[in-house]
Order: sequence, then structure tokens, then C-alpha cells
Amino acid sequence: MLLSWPALALTVLFVVPLGAMLAVSFFRRDVASFFQPSFVLDNYARALSAFNLERLAVSLGLALLATLICVLVAVPFTYLLTRLPRRRQAPYLVLVLATLSLSEVVAAFAWSLLLSRTSGISNLFVWLGLMESPVSWSPGFMAVLLGFVFIALPLTILLLYPPVSRLDDELVEAAATLGANPLQAFRTVVIPVLRRAVAGSSALVFIFVLGAYVVPQTLGRPAQWTLPVHITDQAILKSNLPLGAALAMVLLVASSLVALIILALGGRGRGAPERAAGGVTR
Amino acid sequence: MSEVRADLCIRGVSKSYGATLALQDVDLELPGGKLICFLGPSGCGKTTLLRIIAGVESVSAGSVWLGDVELTDVPTHKRNVGMVFQSFALFPHLSVAENVAYGLRIRGASRQERRRRADELLALVQLEGLGSRGVAQLSGGQRQRVAMARALALDPQLFLLDEPLSALDAKLREAMQVELRRLQRRVGITTIIVTHDQEEAMTMADLVVVMGHNRVQQVGAPMEVYRRPVNRFVADFLGSNNFLPAEVLGEGAVSVLGQRLMLPVPAGTAGQVTLSVRPEDLRLATEKPAGAAFEGRVTFVRDLGRTVETFVRVGEHELSVLGAPALAEGTPVWLEVPPEAGVVLAG
Amino acid sequence: MSDAKPDRKVPPEGTSAGNRAPAHPRTGAASLRPFIWLRRAFMLLVPLYLLAPIVVILGVSLNQRKVLFFPPQGLSLAWYREFFQDPTWSQPAINSLVIALFAGLVAISIALPLAYAAWRYRVRYAGLLTGLGLAPFALPPVITALGALVLWIMLQSYGKPYSVVLSHGVFLTTLPLATITLGLQTLKPELVEAARTMGAAGGAVFRTVILPHIRPYVIAGFTFAFVLSLNEYIIAYMTVGFTVETLPVKIFNSLRYGYSPVMAAISFLFFLVAVVLFGVVGRVGDLPRLLGADAKE
Repeated sequence: MLLSWPALALTVLFVVPLGAMLAVSFFRRDVASFFQPSFVLDNYARALSAFNLERLAVSLGLALLATLICVLVAVPFTYLLTRLPRRRQAPYLVLVLATLSLSEVVAAFAWSLLLSRTSGISNLFVWLGLMESPVSWSPGFMAVLLGFVFIALPLTILLLYPPVSRLDDELVEAAATLGANPLQAFRTVVIPVLRRAVAGSSALVFIFVLGAYVVPQTLGRPAQWTLPVHITDQAILKSNLPLGAALAMVLLVASSLVALIILALGGRGRGAPERAAGGVTR
Repeated sequence: MSEVRADLCIRGVSKSYGATLALQDVDLELPGGKLICFLGPSGCGKTTLLRIIAGVESVSAGSVWLGDVELTDVPTHKRNVGMVFQSFALFPHLSVAENVAYGLRIRGASRQERRRRADELLALVQLEGLGSRGVAQLSGGQRQRVAMARALALDPQLFLLDEPLSALDAKLREAMQVELRRLQRRVGITTIIVTHDQEEAMTMADLVVVMGHNRVQQVGAPMEVYRRPVNRFVADFLGSNNFLPAEVLGEGAVSVLGQRLMLPVPAGTAGQVTLSVRPEDLRLATEKPAGAAFEGRVTFVRDLGRTVETFVRVGEHELSVLGAPALAEGTPVWLEVPPEAGVVLAG
Repeated sequence: MSDAKPDRKVPPEGTSAGNRAPAHPRTGAASLRPFIWLRRAFMLLVPLYLLAPIVVILGVSLNQRKVLFFPPQGLSLAWYREFFQDPTWSQPAINSLVIALFAGLVAISIALPLAYAAWRYRVRYAGLLTGLGLAPFALPPVITALGALVLWIMLQSYGKPYSVVLSHGVFLTTLPLATITLGLQTLKPELVEAARTMGAAGGAVFRTVILPHIRPYVIAGFTFAFVLSLNEYIIAYMTVGFTVETLPVKIFNSLRYGYSPVMAAISFLFFLVAVVLFGVVGRVGDLPRLLGADAKE
């Protein structure tokens, strides 16, 4: 049967790990063999401590902020991009794809350089006379935010690309014939039609940023270290897999809730018609 | 409405996209209050011209005037033209009534005003009661009517339709042709319809603008364009036609296949020309007639139901005749060209 | 869908000439023209933002002295040479390439039958599996990594090279699944029917009609998976970080012990590889269409 291998692979390598992780979150820590099967709630008690809840709040806040910035930039950018002739879109798309596939490690490294005192852009500002002496902006809040936006913006653009490119020019033209100036047309036609697509993309981008490890670790001070940093810390460096798993479950629940809220904001009902199959539309 | 509608003037308009030429030297004077068809094969530039009138495309050269107001550089949203797009372009996130009232909402009209006008227009296009439906729930014909209602909501100066009937099936198309005609007469608005369907243009238009090869080929009333085409393109595009090589002998006389025919010759035409005769005009006789006639043989007979089409071979040309009695293949026949039916075309 | 009663289907593109005027070239809604300078600025700033770090990396990688300094003082390709010659760097590079290659193949092996079955048979659980196939990407990456870690520990395979290949393969299934599904959606059913009426059986239809059509989508999907696996850090770190060092893991580890411009050289090469690969995909196929734009024009 055609689906037997995909079903097997997805179940064993995707569903099972999640279930196993849930189980492990209740286990006891064992220094020798990673964990000892049992059922204790200690891990969750620690995972929901004040410290960790604060980490969770910081994680959610940072991710939401980064997502918001990405969407605000990506929607107009993707719209303008898709109105270009196909051939002229290609270089932009290649750049976006190449940046998207850039390792988080490389991205974090590059931004730490870009924001450093010795080789960063503050030197450029000094040269332009806007600043007195070069300054290091990394690690810090701005660095993490810039890093998040850098890794998430290409993803946002790519997620928005199909629905935005299918947005019929004629809708905007029709609005113009009915008296709407470009800004009004964008507000009353483009944005409402794209609402669901934007919500869906936002939810995915939010989850992606929330789960990033390298950027907050490298570009952030401990105050900006998000939950993934602590999860990895506990799981690998402190060999406390059960606690790591518990923290991961907390993160999973929180991120799913926020993602669902974002999706709900996208509204149901009349959005743009879904992808047309074959040639039948309208 | 007894409002006097301004004339639409198109002066020397050309449009190119980079190296591609879409329109060349278009000069038109379109009278207000009439139903005009831009007719031509795909790619001839008719939709481009319509979009230029709407303001959705810019001109590369030339100007567009409505009455004594120049529209050329006026942005679309200030032109007050109502346009129905080929895809209808109905806003998917709005209901039918909201679609129709969109223009009024942009203008800042009150909710009561918007509702009143939407109801009024939906009644005009016979879609009463469908105001709260979603666009996706409508049939193609209904969507088209919503698009028309929406375009008319702001009392525009021009009503522009881009191939409005091409997405409908044949039966509905016929009904809509009549309805559009009726609507236009009732509202009295200057209406321009782009179509590639000649029958549509013949049925609906007061004035036909025949376009081909990115230019205007001929402008005139439907029957005039059909009966008196000015060149081969128009003669060939509208209906079917027979063409024979001819030579001008003098004023009012041409020589065709050895026969001397007395036909009006357009001024300034000389030398080699083409004679065009409609199949329904050719007279077929089984005995040699007194005047000039072409001798030939019946090659094929086709019964079309309401009439019979006969193909006759004359020399190396095959001509089509409509309305003759059915004859056996191979029958020798003579074809006459009535003087009022033959058209001499340059080239 | 719904209770729409269309009079008739809009004829698909490519049918009788004269039926549909060719779409006017997309110059963008004319009403946007006044904002042209805003548009130009925007279209310039966003790529600039994306390229700025790359430029810095390039500059640092070309620096003559072993210092992370920008702008570079004196140009030298020494660091690129060191990358290729030093086994402490070239070994992880090879590891990454091999893992990426096999992970990409695993991803395709899952995505292709899944997309095909969902398209062809429309069985209910095929839809469920497709949702499952799209899901890995919808999880916070650290969670996927942790789950993988737990799984391989339980299966006594912690640190084994195939663990990261399989975990990457499943994690990256989403991308080929999305592209191949897209490709199948653009395939006109009439083509398959035509082939069948000419006597082709199921397997032949697949080989001769479907496969050629979706080949660019399969290749694009593989390329995405390959490049992302090459650059993936957290899953690789958690599963085989201590046994089979991949390049991102090595770079990250090295960051702790001090910088070296070799890292910059490697990073720039990564970027270059991605640009070349996606550029080729764009050349061979229609990149906008592969990414989900309409087929028209």
C-alpha cells in the first residue's frame, strides 16, 4: 500500500516522539541513564515556577513582537513583489529563499558581528557623524529582536506569497473605478481579502520564532533568554531530560493557545476563494 | 433619464508595453448616450482601449476627452466610470449588497442611503432579495448582474463592459444581450462593450468599432459595417464572405475573372483590387443569364436547416452561396453579382 | 462547494482562440503609480536588511589578519583555503552534506506517495496524514528536537547517524509535501484521462504523464529539504551533536572558544550554495509558480 511507509514514518518519527516526550515529562531524573520511568509531578512544579513563567512570558512577548514586525513588513513587500513581472520577481525570491535556508547559527553569528563594537554598523554611524564612538548592541534586546525578524521575515514572505500573488489585480482596479484611492483600496479590499492568509502565516511564524534557540542564546543576555534556551540547557547541559520535557510541554501548550487565538482573529467566512484546482474558478 | 450625455473623444491614442505595440493611432468620436461595441479578434487592443478609457491603463501617446474635459491624466478613482470586468472582480469578502454599495461607502454615504440605492439597483438588474448573499453562492449570470449593478451605483458618465457575456452559456447569453440593450435604453448611459462575438455586436450596438491589428479598422452602424466594409479585414471578420481578385477598369466598372461588372468603385482606388460578395447576396442560376455571370460547377451542398449552403467552383476559386435550391454535385451553374451587393476593396 | 449553480464552468486556459483575450501584461494596478517612490524605497530596503549580515560576513571572511574586523583590511582568500584543507572543518562539512542528501531523500520518500495518494484517491485518512505531514513544521523547532532526542534514547539509538537523517527527513517532509501537492493541483485531470483512453495503465500513466509534470516540484522540494537540512542546528545538536558533528554544530561550538574568520568563510559559502541551488531551480523551473503563484501569464 502506497501510504504504508509515510504512515509508518510519520507515526514513529513524529507522533511517537511527542508522546514519549509527554511521558518523560513525568519521569524522574537519572544521571546515569537519562531518565527513570515513574510518575512524578516535580518537573511540572519546577516548570511552572515563577522564574520559568517569567521566561515563558518573555518568550511569548518577544515572539509576538517579532511576528508583528514581520507581518507589517512582509505584507506590503510581498504585495509589491507579486505585482512585478515574473522574471523580475526571481532574484528577490532567490534572495528570500537563500536567506531562509541560512542556518540560525550563521544568522546569529552574522548579526552579532553586525552589531558589535569593532566591526558593526555603529562604526558606520560614527563615520556619518551620527554617533560619537562605536557601541556594541549585542547581546541585548534589540539584537534578539533584529535576529528574530531576520530569520522569520523570509518565512513570512514565502508563506504570504501564494495567497498574495493570487490576489486579482482587477479587484483593486474595480475599487479604483468605484472611487477608492490607492490607500483606501488597500485598506478596504486588499487587507480584508488577505485577512485569513495573514492570520495563518502569522500563527506559523509565531511558532517558528518561539521555538528558536540559537538567536536568543547568542544575541541575548540572560534577561532575553527564551524558554527554548532553558529547555536545551536542562536537557543537554544539566542532563535533566524530564525537566526539559516538562518545560517543552508548557511551551507547546502556551504556543498552541496563542496560535489558535491568532487564527481566530483571522475570522472565518468569506475570505479569498481557496486555490483553484484545474481551471475552474469564480 | 433625459440627461444629455457628453461625447467621448479619443485622439491619437497609442499604447505600447516596452517593445510590444498594443494600440496605434486610435481616433474616435463616440456619441454620448449610445451603446457602442468594440469588436475584434483577441489581441487587437480592444480591451486595452477600454482600460485606457477607464483610466486603469495609461496612454503612451494621445489624449482622451469626455465632452470638453480631458481625462488623459486623471487617475481612475476620480473619473467616475463604471466598469464591469471580464472576471467580474466582485469583492469576495463583501455581500452582494455591500458590493453594490461599495462606491457609496467610499464616498461616505449614510447607511440608509447605501441600503436604498443597493435595493434600487438590485431591482434594476432583477436580483431583488439577494442582497445578503455571499458572492460565492451566486451563479455566473447573477454575478454578472451584481457587477453591473455595482458599476452603475455611482451614476457614472460611462458604462464600460469587458467581454461581459463570454463566461455565460449560449442560451443565457442571448437573454443577457437583450437585457443589456434594454438596460442601456432605460438608463440612457454611454455604454461601451468589448466583444469578439460579431453576433453580439450586431444585436446590441448602435455603433460598432471594428478593430484589428492594433488599429481601428472601421466605425459605423452594424448594418453599414456589414454591408459596406472598407477593407478586407472588416469584410472577412464580419460574417462569411467571398473574395475574388479584380481590376479597376474605370469609374464604376471592374473586371473580375474575365467578366465586366458595373459596381461602385471607391474614390482613389485603381489597379488590382478585391471584390467581396456575401454568400446570401450571390445569385445562382442554372441557365446562362443575360448579363455578366461566372460559370462554375457545384462541388458541395450543405443543408443548414433554415437554408442551404452551396459551394461552387469557379476557375480556381471556391465560392459559397446561401439560399439557392439544393442541386446535385457537378451541376453546371452561373453566379451573378447584384450591383448593390458587390463591394470593391482596395488591395 | 456550497450551493452555487454555475451556468457553466469557465473554460480553462488554452481552449478555443478568440474565447479569451490574452491577459494584459501585469504592470500592476495603475492606481498605485503615485506611490512609486515609496514602492522603490521599500523594495530596496527589505533586501538590504536581508543582505546586510551577508555582506559583513563576506567582508570578515576576506580579512587578511585573523581578526573579526569590518571593513576588511587587506583581502585574502586564506580562510576559504583553510576551510577546504583543515580536516576539523572539512569533515563536518562532509557530514552535513551526506546527512542532507539522505534526509532530503527520506523527505521525498514520505512526501511523494503521500501527496500522490491524497490527490488520486482522496481517502479520508490520506487527508489526515497530509495534515500530519504538514505539522512537523508547525511545531516550535526546539520541541521537535527534544522529541527526537527522547525517541532515539528510548530506541537505544542515541547518537547514531541514521537518527539525525530520519529525524531531519520527517521534520523537513512539510516542504516537499507542500510543493508536490501544489504541483499535482496544477495538473489537469484531462491529461490523465487522455492517457488512459490511449491505453496506459496506472503505472504507465504515473511514469509518462504525472511524473514529468511534477518533476520540477519534486526537485524543488528536495532542494528545500536539502538546503534546510544542511543548515539545521538544533535537531542535529540534540540527536548527534556529540558523535557526528555537522557544520552548524561545529560553528556554534567554535563560537564559544573564540572567533575565527574561517567561520565567516564557511557561512558565506553556505549562503552561496543556497543562492546557486535556488538560482538553478529558478532557471530550470518557474520559481514563482513553484512557490504558489498562478499558472497564468
